[in-house]
Amino acid sequence: MSVTRREFFIVSGLVGAGMALSSLGVDVGPVKAFADELKIDKMKSAKTSTSVCAYCSVGCGLIVSADSKTGNIINIEGDSDHPINEGALCAKGASLFQTTASNPNRLTKVLYRAPYSDKWQEKPWDWAISEIAKKVKATRDAGFVEKNDKGQVVNRVENIAHLGSSNIDNEEIAALNILVRSLGLVYIDHQARI
Amino acid sequence: MTNHYIDLKNSDCLLIMGSNAAENHPISMKWVMKAKEAGAKIISVDPRFTRTSSVADFYTALRSGTDIAFLGGMIYYIIDNNKYFKEYVENYTNASYIVAEKFDFKDGLFSGYNADTRKYDSKNWVFKRDEKGIPEKDPTFQNPRCVIQLLKRHYSRYTPEKVSEITGTPVADLLKVYEMYSSTGVKDKAGTVLYALGWTHHTVGTQNIRASAIIQLLLGNIGIAGGGINALRGQPNVQGSTDGCLLFHLLPGYLRVARASQPSLDSYINANTPTTAEPQSANWWQNYPKYSVSLLKFLYGDKATKENEFGYTWLPKAEDGKTYSWLDIFDELYAGRIKGMFVFSQNPAGSSPNTKKVVAGMAKLDWLVHTNIFNNETASFWHGPGMDPKKIKTEVFLLPAACSVEKEGSLSNSGRLSQWRYKAVNGPGDTISDGEMVSKIMLKLKELYQKDPGKCPEAILNIRWELLDDKKQFDSHKMAKETNGYFLVDKTLKDPSGKDIEFKKGDLVPSFAYLQADGSTSCGNWLYCGSYTKAGNMMARRGKEDPTGLGLFPNWAWCWPVNRKVLYNRASCDPTGKPWNPKKAILEWKEGKWVGDVPDGAWPPMSDKEKGKLPFIMKPDGVAFLYGPGLAEGPFPEHYEPVESPLAKNIMSAQMNNPVIKIFKSDLDKFASNDPNFPIVCSTNTITEHWCSGAFTRWQPWLLEAQPELFVELSPALAQEKGIKNGEKVVVSSIRGDVECVAMVTPRIRPFKIGGKTVHQVAMPFAFGWLFPKTGKDSTTNILTPGVGDGNTMCPEYKGFMVNVKKA
Repeated sequence: MSVTRREFFIVSGLVGAGMALSSLGVDVGPVKAFADELKIDKMKSAKTSTSVCAYCSVGCGLIVSADSKTGNIINIEGDSDHPINEGALCAKGASLFQTTASNPNRLTKVLYRAPYSDKWQEKPWDWAISEIAKKVKATRDAGFVEKNDKGQVVNRVENIAHLGSSNIDNEEIAALNILVRSLGLVYIDHQARI
Repeated sequence: MTNHYIDLKNSDCLLIMGSNAAENHPISMKWVMKAKEAGAKIISVDPRFTRTSSVADFYTALRSGTDIAFLGGMIYYIIDNNKYFKEYVENYTNASYIVAEKFDFKDGLFSGYNADTRKYDSKNWVFKRDEKGIPEKDPTFQNPRCVIQLLKRHYSRYTPEKVSEITGTPVADLLKVYEMYSSTGVKDKAGTVLYALGWTHHTVGTQNIRASAIIQLLLGNIGIAGGGINALRGQPNVQGSTDGCLLFHLLPGYLRVARASQPSLDSYINANTPTTAEPQSANWWQNYPKYSVSLLKFLYGDKATKENEFGYTWLPKAEDGKTYSWLDIFDELYAGRIKGMFVFSQNPAGSSPNTKKVVAGMAKLDWLVHTNIFNNETASFWHGPGMDPKKIKTEVFLLPAACSVEKEGSLSNSGRLSQWRYKAVNGPGDTISDGEMVSKIMLKLKELYQKDPGKCPEAILNIRWELLDDKKQFDSHKMAKETNGYFLVDKTLKDPSGKDIEFKKGDLVPSFAYLQADGSTSCGNWLYCGSYTKAGNMMARRGKEDPTGLGLFPNWAWCWPVNRKVLYNRASCDPTGKPWNPKKAILEWKEGKWVGDVPDGAWPPMSDKEKGKLPFIMKPDGVAFLYGPGLAEGPFPEHYEPVESPLAKNIMSAQMNNPVIKIFKSDLDKFASNDPNFPIVCSTNTITEHWCSGAFTRWQPWLLEAQPELFVELSPALAQEKGIKNGEKVVVSSIRGDVECVAMVTPRIRPFKIGGKTVHQVAMPFAFGWLFPKTGKDSTTNILTPGVGDGNTMCPEYKGFMVNVKKA
């Protein structure tokens, strides 16, 4: 029976990480037979997509499999088609699954800490965005510097700082640039500095 | 990286220094080992014997903070032994340039230093130029004022004996490294340098890298397959965030931030657009006006007109000469002058130096907006060690972010390769992408400023925000296209061959060569022009062709600039366009065109005196800088001691520290140099199982189990001296505070003989904190580190500060 490369990954992801490390071209018949024996039929219903690792800057390719019935990610592994990592991952990359919804430690609600409070409160997005925008505007309008000591027009804001981030996508970085430059911020930096 | 990860396999000698690639960029080692299998030599230079060292052909240690001494000795060795690549150096560097009379160097200081301002006047470092402005040269290298002679004179002080006295590296080991690495200074050998934070985390970080650049240029290793200077960077998209320039001093695409002395767009462009009189220089930055006007059109769209200087006035103007860096930010927080702060996806309470000052500063904020996928020490600072929530007024908004596989977009690796990631699933609960958060905030601000103009509302109301999809959510494809850039009117231009090429309003710009300074194009980042074109999303490509066999994979994703894999690649050929090394030809001039990698410009090779161009196109005069008058501390790297040193004086000169660094003056900025209370050198490092401050990885049981708690590596000799046994709890202290951790006694780390005395060094990861896992102790290593930065970049000195270690 023929098994495509993509299906092979899913099968191997389900039946054991060891197989995922096997090189291409091995006889996958036994794996398939083993999967059949276990009555694992998810391989036909998993949706796969490619991604890139979220840690260092090597840029290793990943294959992410999500169960198309439940919508949950069931496996993340190295992309053997990727020319840099050729399927290999380090300990962190191989654990990327634990950054997903499977990890109960994930933040899932907006949390707010009020002045002098000793606890977090859960809040809805609309409230948070509205409060943040009001605070940004009030601080900016109070601190806006139209001219410097020499009388030069500077249109800048020195009482709000921005940090980050090198851990978000290029398009998000572009969006942040628009936000911080439109506000007039000059205290702008991120992890690249450190 | 000038080159890229796969290209490491093409090298004949890999100098891995300031990097522990095997543990911190494990998959890069796949290509290092491929090179080794093909016969390449690996050299590892590190204060600790690391997993990288364990696969090296030769390993030696140096004391943290002495890399310039080590590399300066190599520069002298190369010149003194005629190991340099004469033809390359002569044609492609400024080795033959004559330096004007004012340049001088005495006892650790270059000419033009002002001790009051702690700055140099670089007018003292200029080249001698003829009446046309062309630099005077001596191709025979005999003139005592020519660059290579000055270089030789400067580094003649860096004898192996002197270097050994400073670094603690045995003379024989120095000579072995110098000999091995300088063997690549021939046509058919390539040497590459791999570095990481081990070079940048110093008050002389930039000059560490400059020193390696000098070596690579002397050996003809820039622009070639298997060569280059390769920064192995630490975050998934730190290359993209640097290119995008979320930085105080730059705008996207490395354009300069507008300064107060530049009131008009013309003055801004004039101040930043270099000119040259050198007839064969491409001087690529002459295109600065095109890139900056296209950026303004990206920002302000139709609101940016020629009449209003394309909206330039709305851009904030930073004060001339002032830094607004990470360290400055936390100094301003601590001084109470910054009231509000955004922190996107990172954990400065763990990753910043001198974290006591960082959290004390955050406690003075009115509000803090933080986005992340897990809680961390930054978001939760108000109930951290020593904090009384009842006394802290800071409002904190902790926004739950989608993780990497729960959103769609691109990220750029160190090899400048921008790759597209897809969204696999929606994130859990109320999580949304950082992009969507920014969008929500931006739209709400526009609404508020519409209702109540406040201050300078134009800057906010006129900014374009047309980046939403059908569901009114942030659309990364739209932003990627905007970043690439559009034609805003119909336009007929010339293609590189001189033929007319027509563009329609709304066409994506195919390459930055077509960007315009008249407002007819928009572009969010000129370096990414070509990443998303009529042909589609180039960053999502998955073609596996490798026509050169050198691992370029030109159809896999897309790299800037214009999919060029090796920067300055025309330097891989001789002046007639023939590859120095035909066996690993990255490029060749054949039948009137370049074949191979995308060339650094389509012009003929420089032997064509009419149309040919010099290869270093980003330098005004077209050649690379052996003598580099652009950096703050002077044209040649010079050894200075770290701000905290085990020594009473600099063995090399009377100037103890980098003379241009900024020293903060708050009560929490304390330093202890040559202090018997803190006699041990300490350096921070990273471990495979944790990422940076551990803010992601500590929450993952698979990783935490492998590396559960903070430790300090110390030598058996130091352990014996202190009565410490392997596995015991110890306290490591600096003048800024102390942390408790486990002692790892290991021969991987050894004492040094420095200037006749024994100096111990210890090493600590910084991936732990107080929030999780709960140990009852604060395991934030960066309590110990000093808040002082590099003279050019303000990158902190995490490597090479002074501590003491004792039993807990």
